[in-house]
Amino acid sequence: MECALDAQSLISISLRKIHSSRTQRGGIKLHKNLLVSYVLRNARQLYLSERYAELYRRQQQQQQQQQQQPPHHQHQHLAYAAPGMPASAADFGPLQLGGGGDAEAREPPARHQLHQLHQLHQLHLQQQLHQHQHPAPRGWAAPPAAASPPSSPTPSSSPGFYRGAYPAPSDFGVHCSSQTTVLDLDTHVVTTVENGYLHQDCCASAHCPCCGQGAPGPGLAPAAGCKRKYYPGQEEDDDDEEDAGELGAEPPGGAPFAPCKRARFEDFCPDASPDASNISNLISIFGSGFSGLVSRQPDSSEQPPPLNGQLCAKQALASLGAWTRAIVAF
Amino acid sequence: MFLCVFFPGAGGGNDIQWCFSQVKGAVDDDVAEADIISTVEFNHSGELLATGDKGGRVVIFQQEQENKIQSHSRGEYNVYSTFQSHEPEFDYLKSLEIEEKINKIRWLPQKNAAQFLLSTNDKTIKLWKISERDKRPEGYNLKEEDGRYRDPTTVTTLRVPVFRPMDLMVEASPRRIFANAHTYHINSISINSDYETYLSADDLRINLWHLEITDRSFNIVDIKPANMEELTEVITAAEFHPNSCNTFVYSSSKGTIRLCDMRASALCDRHSKLFEEPEDPSNRSFFSEIISSISDVKFSHSGRYMMTRDYLSVKIWDLNMENRPVETYQVHEYLRSKLCSLYENDCIFDKFECCWNGSDSVVMTGSYNNFFRMFDRNTKRDITLEASRENNKPRTVLKPRKVCASGKRKKDEISVDSLDFNKKILHTAWHPKENIIAVATTNNLYIFQDKVN
Repeated sequence: MECALDAQSLISISLRKIHSSRTQRGGIKLHKNLLVSYVLRNARQLYLSERYAELYRRQQQQQQQQQQQPPHHQHQHLAYAAPGMPASAADFGPLQLGGGGDAEAREPPARHQLHQLHQLHQLHLQQQLHQHQHPAPRGWAAPPAAASPPSSPTPSSSPGFYRGAYPAPSDFGVHCSSQTTVLDLDTHVVTTVENGYLHQDCCASAHCPCCGQGAPGPGLAPAAGCKRKYYPGQEEDDDDEEDAGELGAEPPGGAPFAPCKRARFEDFCPDASPDASNISNLISIFGSGFSGLVSRQPDSSEQPPPLNGQLCAKQALASLGAWTRAIVAF
Repeated sequence: MFLCVFFPGAGGGNDIQWCFSQVKGAVDDDVAEADIISTVEFNHSGELLATGDKGGRVVIFQQEQENKIQSHSRGEYNVYSTFQSHEPEFDYLKSLEIEEKINKIRWLPQKNAAQFLLSTNDKTIKLWKISERDKRPEGYNLKEEDGRYRDPTTVTTLRVPVFRPMDLMVEASPRRIFANAHTYHINSISINSDYETYLSADDLRINLWHLEITDRSFNIVDIKPANMEELTEVITAAEFHPNSCNTFVYSSSKGTIRLCDMRASALCDRHSKLFEEPEDPSNRSFFSEIISSISDVKFSHSGRYMMTRDYLSVKIWDLNMENRPVETYQVHEYLRSKLCSLYENDCIFDKFECCWNGSDSVVMTGSYNNFFRMFDRNTKRDITLEASRENNKPRTVLKPRKVCASGKRKKDEISVDSLDFNKKILHTAWHPKENIIAVATTNNLYIFQDKVN
């Protein structure tokens, strides 16, 4: 199917639709928003696949350059992959990248790729964080066995992409602690939930004042009790968990990361239940901080000014992984 | 030796020639939002045609008695009654405005001189009685003719009041109001063949009502998940079987239809039959879920088949076969490559309806550019017609239209990119007995008839 829009634009458009539906006469239309959330999910899957594919490519390139050049030059070559304005979705058949709707449509190789790409991603981030803290770069761990990534378009690299994807804490209006009150229309129960953002998303730097143990809000209580340090490569033991989570910033110093990560993964994993968690659920979309996404202006000092929609999409992707136990306000 | 006679423009054989008959509604292009037609329905005899609009009004047209002298056309439809069915409301608890738009109208079969119909908006269903008054009592002893009461002491003689003829007056009065039973938006109502009960369906639930009882309804289907985060599909339409009073179907946003038997259990969460066609993987796209959502489901008059409408096609299902439809008709396949733009401009969410003719041999549905399509199930021929005020004098035969998907556009064809997506025909209705159809454009109602020679 010929499509003039790329995954990112689709995500922005979808978010805009959901946002404007909140102010429509007659109340939120459950049916329409459910359908939009499907598009959002499909686009997100494609978008993430693209990102990981690009990441992998960069990683490969990095390695080759590393072998040829002294380490301290690495900084310049860490051009963070940026799909930025990626090629059109036509390059990626949704099925090819496992972007299909059904769990059955996902092929094991795609999952495996995402798994490995995620590991690479974690390595990448660790490196980035260490650069902030230590002038000397770290050596790369040996990359996992390469699986050929799906054909990816030529990226347009824009430096600072990752910084954009993980906005500084100051970007958030209320730091890590905004709450949303939602009302169940059936039972008339009012519930207050934490902001959909996990601490790890917004507390990318060590200077975040509110980032204690990194334990997020009450919604993640079941997993919060498990505190274990996260090391790259650990997932190899947990293959069947399909830890192909989303892009998430790793907290500095290896603070307990796994609980939140697991929760986020639950939202993302296609296998958790065939027709449940695959949908970036309406709750997280309607939940916290949503209106902030659409109106946010790009921070042009930090990166080349992206389109509003692009920045929205990145932030949306970061927050969509969040998990809230909100009761739907329909 | 065969002698073949061809009728130009007739489409050959026994095909109907559709002629323009009437158009109702404002002429100007500036459409007032309240005038947007939201539902069209013939009554059981076909004599009455009801429309509902976004402003909450119901307009009923009545067919005039056939003029035996002028046998070239059947009676025209003229306004019979107009009334405000629903008003906008505000739910203060939930801070929600409730639209007055009429989502559906369903007629009850006529039992006496009065007519009854059910009309519904997003939350409330109302039973309306439409009755005629053509005489009025005169000669009261205690009342003047203008209604003022007389002083009893001035009455010197007594007389018996009598009925005198008056100009026909059609009154609509709400007889029952069925409220507060739906949390989500009502999308369907359907009257049972027992003529005593009816169902109403919203996104997640279906309720069963008795027409006489307004303070209670039975919930017969509930697909709301315990955790709303797990919501994957909603109910999009529901209908009772035309003959079996225990059977109904409901369609979902995932493209499935469930048939339920109320004898099986009080809560029909478990279907008796599940109608689903496996998706064609080669057609997979970002929008697969949207275009497979069913927007309308209608039983055939016989009750043997049902028809569903999704964004691009019409499917006919045999109730005895669950794994695939028996017939599939492409309404506007040329839109498949345009889904992105249609998503952007929201057209992909348009909910088209569909309908059967009286003999279940032809089905009809709407499209864009004020086109509507008919599919003859026997001859397998289809035709595209346009509802337009241009070149439409009474008894003008409609010219078949053709959309050119790609490549060289022939004369008289219209290219996909020239289609006006703001002109959509979502609601159509077919007279239960005759070849008379009512087609609603945005704010106009067109009536077409077949050519009577």
